[in-house]
Amino acid sequence: MLNRAPLFLLYLNVLAVATCGLIYELIAGTLASYLLGDSVTQFSLVIGVYLSALGVGAWFSQYLHQGLARTFIEVELALALVGGLSAPLLFVSFAFVQWFQLVLFGTVFVIGTLVGLELPLLMRILKEHLDFSDLVSRVLTFDYIGALLASLLFPVLLVPYLGLMRTSLVFGVLNALVGLWGTYLLRPLLTKRGLAGLRGRAFLVVGLLVVGIIKADTLTTWTEEIILGKAVVHAKQTRFQRIVVTNNRQGFQLYLNGHLQFNSVDEYRYHEALVHPAMMAAGTPKRVLVLGGGDGLAVREILKHDGVESVTLVDIDPGMTEIATQLPLVRDLNEDSLMDEKVTVINTDAFVWVGQEHEPFDAVVIDFPDPGSYSVGKLYTTFFYRRLRQIITADAVVSIQCTSPLVAGQSYWCILRTMEEAGFNVRPYCTAVPTFGVWGFALASPQGDLVVPMQLGKLEQELSFLNDSMLANLFELPRDIQPIETEINQLNNQVLVRYYDEEWRGRE
Amino acid sequence: MAESEKLNRRQLLTVLLGSQFAHSVGCDMSKLPPVGELEHTSFDIGHLLRDGVKKAIRPDVHEDVGVTIVGGGIAGLAAAWRFKRAGFNDFVLAELERQPGGTARSGSRDGFKFPWGAHYIPVPMAENHALIELLSEMQVIQALTKGGQPQVSEEFLCREPEERVFSEGRWYEGLYPGHGASQEDLRQLAAFREEIDRWAEMRDASGRRMFAIPMATGSNDESVRKLDKLSMEQWLDERGWDSPRLRWLVDYSCRDDYGLSPDRVSAWAGVFYFAARIAGMGNESQEVITWPEGNGRVVDYLRGVGDDKIRTGLAVFRVKAGTNTESSQVAAFDTNTMKPIGFRSQQVVFAAPQMMAKYVIDGFSASGRDSTAFRYGSWLVANVHIKDRPEDSGFPMAWDNVIRESRSLGYVTATHQTGVDYGPTVLTWYYPFADVDAAITRKQMMNLKWADWADVVLSDLRRAHPDIDTLVTRVDVMCWGHAMIQPLPGFVWSPEREQASKPLGPIHFAGTDLSGVALLEEAFFHGVRAAEEILAVRGILDQPLVEIRND
Repeated sequence: MLNRAPLFLLYLNVLAVATCGLIYELIAGTLASYLLGDSVTQFSLVIGVYLSALGVGAWFSQYLHQGLARTFIEVELALALVGGLSAPLLFVSFAFVQWFQLVLFGTVFVIGTLVGLELPLLMRILKEHLDFSDLVSRVLTFDYIGALLASLLFPVLLVPYLGLMRTSLVFGVLNALVGLWGTYLLRPLLTKRGLAGLRGRAFLVVGLLVVGIIKADTLTTWTEEIILGKAVVHAKQTRFQRIVVTNNRQGFQLYLNGHLQFNSVDEYRYHEALVHPAMMAAGTPKRVLVLGGGDGLAVREILKHDGVESVTLVDIDPGMTEIATQLPLVRDLNEDSLMDEKVTVINTDAFVWVGQEHEPFDAVVIDFPDPGSYSVGKLYTTFFYRRLRQIITADAVVSIQCTSPLVAGQSYWCILRTMEEAGFNVRPYCTAVPTFGVWGFALASPQGDLVVPMQLGKLEQELSFLNDSMLANLFELPRDIQPIETEINQLNNQVLVRYYDEEWRGRE
Repeated sequence: MAESEKLNRRQLLTVLLGSQFAHSVGCDMSKLPPVGELEHTSFDIGHLLRDGVKKAIRPDVHEDVGVTIVGGGIAGLAAAWRFKRAGFNDFVLAELERQPGGTARSGSRDGFKFPWGAHYIPVPMAENHALIELLSEMQVIQALTKGGQPQVSEEFLCREPEERVFSEGRWYEGLYPGHGASQEDLRQLAAFREEIDRWAEMRDASGRRMFAIPMATGSNDESVRKLDKLSMEQWLDERGWDSPRLRWLVDYSCRDDYGLSPDRVSAWAGVFYFAARIAGMGNESQEVITWPEGNGRVVDYLRGVGDDKIRTGLAVFRVKAGTNTESSQVAAFDTNTMKPIGFRSQQVVFAAPQMMAKYVIDGFSASGRDSTAFRYGSWLVANVHIKDRPEDSGFPMAWDNVIRESRSLGYVTATHQTGVDYGPTVLTWYYPFADVDAAITRKQMMNLKWADWADVVLSDLRRAHPDIDTLVTRVDVMCWGHAMIQPLPGFVWSPEREQASKPLGPIHFAGTDLSGVALLEEAFFHGVRAAEEILAVRGILDQPLVEIRND
């Protein structure tokens, strides 16, 4: 009979079951706070729905009469599945379900009902073997201890070390193991028929959730694919940013923190416009500096100029330059430019690097991300440009990408005004890049008379976009892109980040 | 030590950080950082001197020197700077600690520089000639506008984002917790700003600003003196300003600048904090100048200037004023050689805290002076080394990072001004003992160990950065016993304070406490002033940098 099994093992069961139940509730509350904000409301609602569902479960338990032990195990397995997958389910459904709250509270209600069934079932199983007052006191004691355990573990260990996705899956596994264990512990109360099937299902649930734990990162990527609407071929989280490469029928795209950096379909327009005007205006530059541009595409264009002796590329993120030198898709596009013997790659913050001493450069290509944050905004300040002036020759030419002058006019002209303030002679120009729209650049030089280049010469053969007339045309500004007054971007005001935020908000 | 004098962990956290720690686990040493040190100012030597050891020691070695400067904080260093500038080199500076600089000093470790105390200076206004002179020499100020306003090199102006505040689980930009503010909150904030602007714009009968830095260049009109009779809290009450957000802003500002809560800060000082930094109606508050090592940069510069004259580890225990025929005498205990040493000079700059004057200067009390009104607050400063940036929700890491629900002042990021936004850095965390004098005595504080303090620091940071324990590599703690003069109501415009700057025969006084508020600018002003008084007496004062008020 059952009393041969040590009773504390059954109490351990109660403990595990109680811990799992509360963990699921906490996950739902935390997730709802993360995704929807307003933590007080979310937690109140989640707790309310959960507690009332407990009542519903308890009430339902009266209608169960036969095969209590088997039902208990089935409930455990169901709970393992629903609870264990609750965090992934909620994350994914948030991405593409309009009535997210319905999914959220539905899940909480199902979990609550199942947990509500657990204790009455277990108590009825045990009532044959224990004095009623002992039974109630012990089961409830372990139930509350389990709740305490969960509430301590959750903030201290689980969220910081496992994260929500894995916590949910790990406790699902624990729940399923309780069920599986039940098939042995409650063996005397189970009929032989269907026992193997029950165990089989328990193993299946454990296996499913373990795969989920291993693949938790892939789940995150999958969510991103749904949001970006394209197949993700590569994704990596570096210390600085999240880099995602997607692919569709037309070509492939690279995103940094969700912002499109280039599309292989038309990036040549952007990079030819960024690089060649400066290279032509600089005459025959020997030492070329690239700031940002870790994808190697600007370097590809630079290497088309014969006189170039060395290219130094400074990009903060080794994760980015690794993609450019290792991912075949990107290597094909940049023609292995970063592997060229003339090229030196330096992974450090350009802000610090330009403050050090360097042999002066003849031409500079600045290809930083748009100034959407303070840590990028500092790379567009008078302070930065003054430091840059210290490491270039007196007649060096600098080109810079400076966001869309059509969408973000203040941002665009602010960058040009700031360069002027730092002592550069600046010429605006722009071109159309279909996936970006109208894009803005500038040529800048410390020399007084910056001559805009008109002739590409034999280089034209190697280009896909520019020809002589197009080159001159870049510098003809249309009527809707004309200079406006802006403040100057300095480290101590960072007005550019504010302009950029105002102008781009809601437009991407 | 009596058992009752040692606080347990729960008591300590509750007293310092608030009631939410009342249920903290009894002993949680598992979360302590790997290494760190606890440093005190020379508390023991200071108290030995106070308690009369001096009578037993009599130096038999004497040096003859024109002027002896007692104390190597900013005031003493400023006096030395002023002497050198006048071409006067016949002086010596005696400093108790191993490092000069007082509460402006800084530290360095593993390639990082970080402050141990004061860490910024608002851009001085045109009237602060002496400080403009110093900052120009340091090439921090590049030029002056036609109106005499200094133009500061971009490198030294605090980089944006300057401040953020952690409130209800998230970081917000700026210091005022504007998130969720009601119409009434915003109305009161606007009214408060208007009142401050009014004070900033106003001039007295002599054309002086009502509040200026140094405060001696501001007004001493009855209308400002009157404010000193109230506490800042009473001043807010009188205006019916009860917005919790505004109250918090004022509370934070008082604790930040004076180490006191608003019920204990003179309303004069409270208004001074805001109004002295605004040039006039419609102007923003002056921008701030800062360095990775804080005001340690100024200390290091001044130390470089006065280098050959600075003697550290000298505990001055007696100053005796000379007469027409006899030199003044300064007796010190040299902690380097463990021997007493004496200086005979014509003048003395007493640039140590006023609280020491009655123990050190012969006949100080007999001269009718009373320094008991000079009260000093204690501070705790920690430098927390982290191997990577903590995860954040909301506004990104700024220079000044304040936790609204905490009685600490939050932390300043040491690498902010260098422009390094990723990877290892040092967070300088500040805690003023603003309202806990009764709950924790200075003695109890001095009895606490490094582990106790490290626990307090990390418990506080954990509220905003739950992952901090996985990032910390080192926590160093400094306990400042008498860190800051307290502008308690009635003190700033008390006769005791006003009289304290006047020389006592050949002894000239310097120090920020003479202004009633602790600011580098005030310390520097008094150091320069004391030096100029002496240069004038010696007949070698060239072009004075400070104006001495004659009223």
